[in-house]
Amino acid sequence: MAEPAALRRTPAIPATPGVRLLPPAARFILRADRHTLGIAGNVLGIGAAPGSCRASQAGMRAALWLGPDEYLLLAPEAEAPGLATALEQALQGEPHSLVDVSHRQTALEMSGSRAAEILSSGCPLDLDVTAFPIGMCTRTVFAKAEIVLWRTAGDTFRLEVWRSFTDYVARFLDEVVREY
Amino acid sequence: MLLIECPFCGARPELEFVYGGEAHIARPAADADLTPGQWAAYLYARSNTRGVHAERWRHTRGCGRFFNALRDTTTDQFIATYEIGQARPPSVPAQKIP
Ligand SMILES: [Zn+2]
Repeated sequence: MAEPAALRRTPAIPATPGVRLLPPAARFILRADRHTLGIAGNVLGIGAAPGSCRASQAGMRAALWLGPDEYLLLAPEAEAPGLATALEQALQGEPHSLVDVSHRQTALEMSGSRAAEILSSGCPLDLDVTAFPIGMCTRTVFAKAEIVLWRTAGDTFRLEVWRSFTDYVARFLDEVVREY
Repeated sequence: MLLIECPFCGARPELEFVYGGEAHIARPAADADLTPGQWAAYLYARSNTRGVHAERWRHTRGCGRFFNALRDTTTDQFIATYEIGQARPPSVPAQKIP
Protein backbone atom coordinates (compact mmCIF):
# COMPACT_ATOMS: atom_id res chain seq x y z
CA MET A 1 0.00 0.00 0.00
CA ALA A 2 1.23 3.45 -0.86
CA GLU A 3 1.42 6.04 1.87
CA PRO A 4 -1.71 8.22 1.98
CA ALA A 5 0.56 11.26 1.78
CA ALA A 6 1.99 9.96 -1.48
CA LEU A 7 -1.52 9.57 -2.88
CA ARG A 8 -2.31 13.17 -2.01
CA ARG A 9 0.83 14.59 -3.55
CA THR A 10 0.60 17.14 -6.32
CA PRO A 11 1.11 15.32 -9.63
CA ALA A 12 4.46 16.09 -11.23
CA ILE A 13 4.01 17.57 -14.69
CA PRO A 14 6.61 18.59 -17.26
CA ALA A 15 7.61 22.27 -17.35
CA THR A 16 5.78 23.28 -20.53
CA PRO A 17 5.58 26.91 -21.65
CA GLY A 18 2.00 28.13 -21.28
CA VAL A 19 0.89 25.19 -19.13
CA ARG A 20 0.66 25.29 -15.36
CA LEU A 21 -0.92 23.19 -12.66
CA LEU A 22 -3.50 25.25 -10.78
CA PRO A 23 -3.65 25.05 -6.97
CA PRO A 24 -5.97 22.48 -5.37
CA ALA A 25 -9.62 23.54 -5.27
CA ALA A 26 -12.90 22.70 -3.58
CA ARG A 27 -15.11 20.94 -6.10
CA PHE A 28 -18.70 19.76 -5.86
CA ILE A 29 -20.96 18.08 -8.36
CA LEU A 30 -24.53 19.30 -7.91
CA ARG A 31 -27.30 17.36 -9.61
CA ALA A 32 -30.41 19.50 -9.41
CA ASP A 33 -32.84 21.58 -11.48
CA ARG A 34 -32.24 25.26 -12.23
CA HIS A 35 -34.35 26.43 -9.29
CA THR A 36 -32.18 24.50 -6.84
CA LEU A 37 -29.05 25.66 -8.63
CA GLY A 38 -30.23 29.23 -8.01
CA ILE A 39 -30.27 28.52 -4.26
CA ALA A 40 -26.75 27.08 -4.44
CA GLY A 41 -25.70 30.08 -6.55
CA ASN A 42 -26.83 32.42 -3.77
CA VAL A 43 -24.70 30.48 -1.27
CA LEU A 44 -21.71 30.75 -3.63
CA GLY A 45 -22.48 34.39 -4.37
CA ILE A 46 -22.13 33.86 -8.12
CA GLY A 47 -25.37 35.51 -9.17
CA ALA A 48 -27.39 34.19 -12.11
CA ALA A 49 -27.34 30.48 -12.85
CA PRO A 50 -25.32 29.65 -15.97
CA GLY A 51 -27.05 28.71 -19.21
CA SER A 52 -26.16 25.74 -21.41
CA CYS A 53 -22.38 25.23 -21.73
CA ARG A 54 -21.63 28.37 -19.74
CA ALA A 55 -19.98 29.20 -16.43
CA SER A 56 -21.00 31.80 -13.85
CA GLN A 57 -18.15 33.21 -11.85
CA ALA A 58 -17.59 35.62 -8.97
CA GLY A 59 -14.03 35.99 -7.76
CA MET A 60 -12.58 32.56 -7.09
CA ARG A 61 -15.96 30.83 -7.04
CA ALA A 62 -17.73 29.45 -10.08
CA ALA A 63 -20.56 27.18 -11.24
CA LEU A 64 -20.04 25.34 -14.52
CA TRP A 65 -22.96 23.93 -16.49
CA LEU A 66 -22.15 20.32 -17.43
CA GLY A 67 -25.62 19.08 -18.33
CA PRO A 68 -29.29 20.10 -17.95
CA ASP A 69 -29.22 19.02 -14.30
CA GLU A 70 -25.50 18.73 -13.60
CA TYR A 71 -23.20 21.50 -12.38
CA LEU A 72 -19.58 21.65 -11.25
CA LEU A 73 -19.06 24.09 -8.37
CA LEU A 74 -15.54 25.44 -7.82
CA ALA A 75 -14.07 27.40 -4.92
CA PRO A 76 -10.70 27.85 -3.21
CA GLU A 77 -9.59 24.72 -1.39
CA ALA A 78 -9.77 26.23 2.11
CA GLU A 79 -13.49 26.94 1.68
CA ALA A 80 -14.46 23.29 1.13
CA PRO A 81 -15.68 22.33 4.62
CA GLY A 82 -17.57 25.58 5.25
CA LEU A 83 -19.08 25.57 1.79
CA ALA A 84 -20.23 21.96 2.12
CA THR A 85 -22.07 22.79 5.35
CA ALA A 86 -23.57 26.00 3.95
CA LEU A 87 -24.78 24.24 0.77
CA GLU A 88 -26.19 21.33 2.72
CA GLN A 89 -28.20 23.67 4.94
CA ALA A 90 -29.45 25.86 2.09
CA LEU A 91 -30.49 22.88 -0.05
CA GLN A 92 -32.34 21.04 2.71
CA GLY A 93 -35.74 19.89 1.45
CA GLU A 94 -34.81 20.44 -2.22
CA PRO A 95 -34.43 17.33 -4.36
CA HIS A 96 -30.73 17.23 -5.24
CA SER A 97 -27.47 15.35 -4.93
CA LEU A 98 -24.31 17.14 -3.80
CA VAL A 99 -21.01 15.27 -3.95
CA ASP A 100 -17.60 16.54 -2.90
CA VAL A 101 -15.21 15.69 -5.74
CA SER A 102 -12.38 18.03 -4.71
CA HIS A 103 -9.74 15.31 -4.90
CA ARG A 104 -11.08 13.56 -7.99
CA GLN A 105 -9.78 16.19 -10.36
CA THR A 106 -6.81 18.44 -10.86
CA ALA A 107 -6.82 21.64 -12.88
CA LEU A 108 -4.40 22.64 -15.62
CA GLU A 109 -4.26 26.05 -17.20
CA MET A 110 -3.26 26.53 -20.82
CA SER A 111 -2.56 30.11 -21.82
CA GLY A 112 -0.88 32.05 -24.57
CA SER A 113 -1.72 33.42 -28.00
CA ARG A 114 -1.66 29.88 -29.47
CA ALA A 115 -3.52 28.19 -26.61
CA ALA A 116 -6.59 27.32 -28.71
CA GLU A 117 -4.42 26.01 -31.56
CA ILE A 118 -2.41 23.83 -29.16
CA LEU A 119 -5.54 22.43 -27.51
CA SER A 120 -6.96 21.64 -30.94
CA SER A 121 -4.28 18.98 -31.26
CA GLY A 122 -6.30 16.82 -28.87
CA CYS A 123 -9.76 18.39 -28.67
CA PRO A 124 -12.24 17.97 -31.55
CA LEU A 125 -14.28 21.09 -30.69
CA ASP A 126 -14.07 24.31 -32.67
CA LEU A 127 -12.09 26.46 -30.24
CA ASP A 128 -12.24 29.67 -32.26
CA VAL A 129 -13.44 32.46 -29.97
CA THR A 130 -16.57 32.94 -32.12
CA ALA A 131 -17.58 29.29 -31.63
CA PHE A 132 -16.19 28.83 -28.11
CA PRO A 133 -16.46 32.26 -26.47
CA ILE A 134 -15.06 33.44 -23.13
CA GLY A 135 -17.11 31.89 -20.32
CA MET A 136 -18.05 28.78 -22.32
CA CYS A 137 -17.39 25.46 -20.63
CA THR A 138 -18.17 21.87 -21.46
CA ARG A 139 -17.20 18.32 -20.82
CA THR A 140 -15.36 17.00 -23.86
CA VAL A 141 -12.42 14.84 -24.85
CA PHE A 142 -8.74 15.67 -25.01
CA ALA A 143 -6.87 12.94 -26.85
CA LYS A 144 -8.01 9.80 -24.97
CA ALA A 145 -8.95 11.58 -21.74
CA GLU A 146 -12.23 13.11 -20.68
CA ILE A 147 -11.87 16.72 -19.52
CA VAL A 148 -13.96 19.76 -18.65
CA LEU A 149 -12.76 22.66 -20.76
CA TRP A 150 -13.50 26.25 -19.71
CA ARG A 151 -12.37 29.35 -21.56
CA THR A 152 -11.67 31.81 -18.73
CA ALA A 153 -10.15 34.51 -20.96
CA GLY A 154 -9.50 35.07 -24.65
CA ASP A 155 -6.29 33.08 -24.64
CA THR A 156 -6.65 31.15 -21.38
CA PHE A 157 -8.34 27.81 -20.81
CA ARG A 158 -8.88 25.83 -17.63
CA LEU A 159 -8.83 22.05 -17.99
CA GLU A 160 -10.41 19.99 -15.23
CA VAL A 161 -8.78 16.58 -15.52
CA TRP A 162 -9.49 13.43 -13.53
CA ARG A 163 -6.47 12.99 -11.26
CA SER A 164 -5.03 9.84 -12.79
CA PHE A 165 -5.18 11.37 -16.29
CA THR A 166 -3.27 14.53 -15.29
CA ASP A 167 0.11 13.07 -16.16
CA TYR A 168 -1.15 11.87 -19.56
CA VAL A 169 -2.79 15.19 -20.47
CA ALA A 170 0.19 17.26 -19.30
CA ARG A 171 2.66 15.12 -21.26
CA PHE A 172 0.46 15.21 -24.35
CA LEU A 173 0.41 19.01 -24.17
CA ASP A 174 4.18 19.03 -23.66
CA GLU A 175 4.66 16.94 -26.81
CA VAL A 176 2.49 19.35 -28.81
CA VAL A 177 4.11 22.52 -27.47
CA ARG A 178 7.52 21.22 -28.60
CA GLU A 179 6.33 21.69 -32.18
CA TYR A 180 6.01 25.45 -31.71
CA MET B 1 -15.69 14.90 -38.67
CA LEU B 2 -19.39 14.08 -38.42
CA LEU B 3 -21.23 16.65 -36.30
CA ILE B 4 -24.25 15.55 -34.27
CA GLU B 5 -26.76 18.09 -32.96
CA CYS B 6 -27.24 17.45 -29.24
CA PRO B 7 -30.63 18.89 -28.16
CA PHE B 8 -28.90 20.39 -25.10
CA CYS B 9 -25.42 21.41 -26.35
CA GLY B 10 -25.79 22.04 -30.09
CA ALA B 11 -23.62 20.64 -32.88
CA ARG B 12 -20.78 18.58 -31.44
CA PRO B 13 -18.18 16.15 -32.82
CA GLU B 14 -19.16 12.52 -33.20
CA LEU B 15 -16.29 11.46 -30.87
CA GLU B 16 -18.27 12.69 -27.87
CA PHE B 17 -21.28 10.44 -28.54
CA VAL B 18 -22.18 6.82 -28.00
CA TYR B 19 -24.85 4.96 -29.97
CA GLY B 20 -27.70 3.59 -27.87
CA GLY B 21 -29.70 1.28 -30.14
CA GLU B 22 -33.17 1.61 -31.67
CA ALA B 23 -35.50 4.20 -30.10
CA HIS B 24 -39.18 4.02 -29.12
CA ILE B 25 -39.16 0.39 -27.97
CA ALA B 26 -41.73 0.27 -25.18
CA ARG B 27 -41.47 -2.34 -22.48
CA PRO B 28 -44.64 -4.48 -22.65
CA ALA B 29 -47.15 -4.06 -19.84
CA ALA B 30 -47.79 -7.15 -17.66
CA ASP B 31 -44.45 -8.54 -18.73
CA ALA B 32 -44.80 -11.49 -16.32
CA ASP B 33 -47.53 -12.91 -18.59
CA LEU B 34 -45.44 -12.90 -21.76
CA THR B 35 -44.35 -16.10 -23.45
CA PRO B 36 -40.59 -16.58 -23.77
CA GLY B 37 -40.98 -15.87 -27.48
CA GLN B 38 -42.70 -12.55 -26.86
CA TRP B 39 -40.09 -11.59 -24.28
CA ALA B 40 -37.24 -12.51 -26.63
CA ALA B 41 -38.87 -10.42 -29.35
CA TYR B 42 -39.00 -7.41 -27.02
CA LEU B 43 -35.38 -7.87 -26.00
CA TYR B 44 -33.75 -8.74 -29.29
CA ALA B 45 -35.95 -8.17 -32.34
CA ARG B 46 -35.07 -4.87 -34.02
CA SER B 47 -36.36 -3.31 -37.21
CA ASN B 48 -32.90 -3.13 -38.86
CA THR B 49 -34.17 -0.34 -41.08
CA ARG B 50 -32.56 0.55 -44.35
CA GLY B 51 -33.28 4.28 -44.59
CA VAL B 52 -34.60 6.61 -41.92
CA HIS B 53 -34.07 5.01 -38.52
CA ALA B 54 -35.09 6.33 -35.08
CA GLU B 55 -32.32 5.60 -32.62
CA ARG B 56 -30.97 6.58 -29.22
CA TRP B 57 -27.70 8.39 -28.74
CA ARG B 58 -25.95 9.52 -25.60
CA HIS B 59 -23.80 12.63 -25.38
CA THR B 60 -21.49 10.74 -23.05
CA ARG B 61 -18.54 13.13 -23.17
CA GLY B 62 -20.69 16.24 -23.09
CA CYS B 63 -23.89 16.76 -21.14
CA GLY B 64 -24.27 13.03 -20.48
CA ARG B 65 -27.87 12.96 -21.68
CA PHE B 66 -29.64 10.39 -23.84
CA PHE B 67 -31.63 11.75 -26.76
CA ASN B 68 -33.25 10.38 -29.91
CA ALA B 69 -32.19 10.92 -33.49
CA LEU B 70 -33.51 10.19 -36.97
CA ARG B 71 -30.63 9.02 -39.11
CA ASP B 72 -30.56 7.68 -42.64
CA THR B 73 -28.69 4.39 -42.36
CA THR B 74 -27.71 4.45 -46.03
CA THR B 75 -26.10 7.92 -46.00
CA ASP B 76 -25.30 8.33 -42.28
CA GLN B 77 -27.04 11.71 -42.45
CA PHE B 78 -28.75 12.93 -39.28
CA ILE B 79 -32.19 14.31 -40.17
CA ALA B 80 -33.35 15.36 -36.70
CA THR B 81 -32.47 15.02 -33.04
CA TYR B 82 -35.02 15.38 -30.26
CA GLU B 83 -35.36 14.87 -26.53
CA ILE B 84 -36.36 11.57 -24.96
CA GLY B 85 -40.13 11.50 -24.42
CA GLN B 86 -40.94 13.51 -27.53
CA ALA B 87 -42.78 11.89 -30.41
CA ARG B 88 -40.86 10.79 -33.49
CA PRO B 89 -40.81 13.69 -35.98
CA PRO B 90 -42.41 13.10 -39.40
CA SER B 91 -40.11 10.83 -41.32
CA VAL B 92 -39.00 13.15 -44.05
CA PRO B 93 -36.52 11.54 -46.41
CA ALA B 94 -32.93 12.68 -46.06
CA GLN B 95 -31.90 15.42 -48.43
CA LYS B 96 -29.20 14.64 -50.89
CA ILE B 97 -25.90 16.09 -49.79
CA PRO B 98 -24.62 18.22 -52.66
ZN1 LIG C 1 -25.12 17.41 -24.96
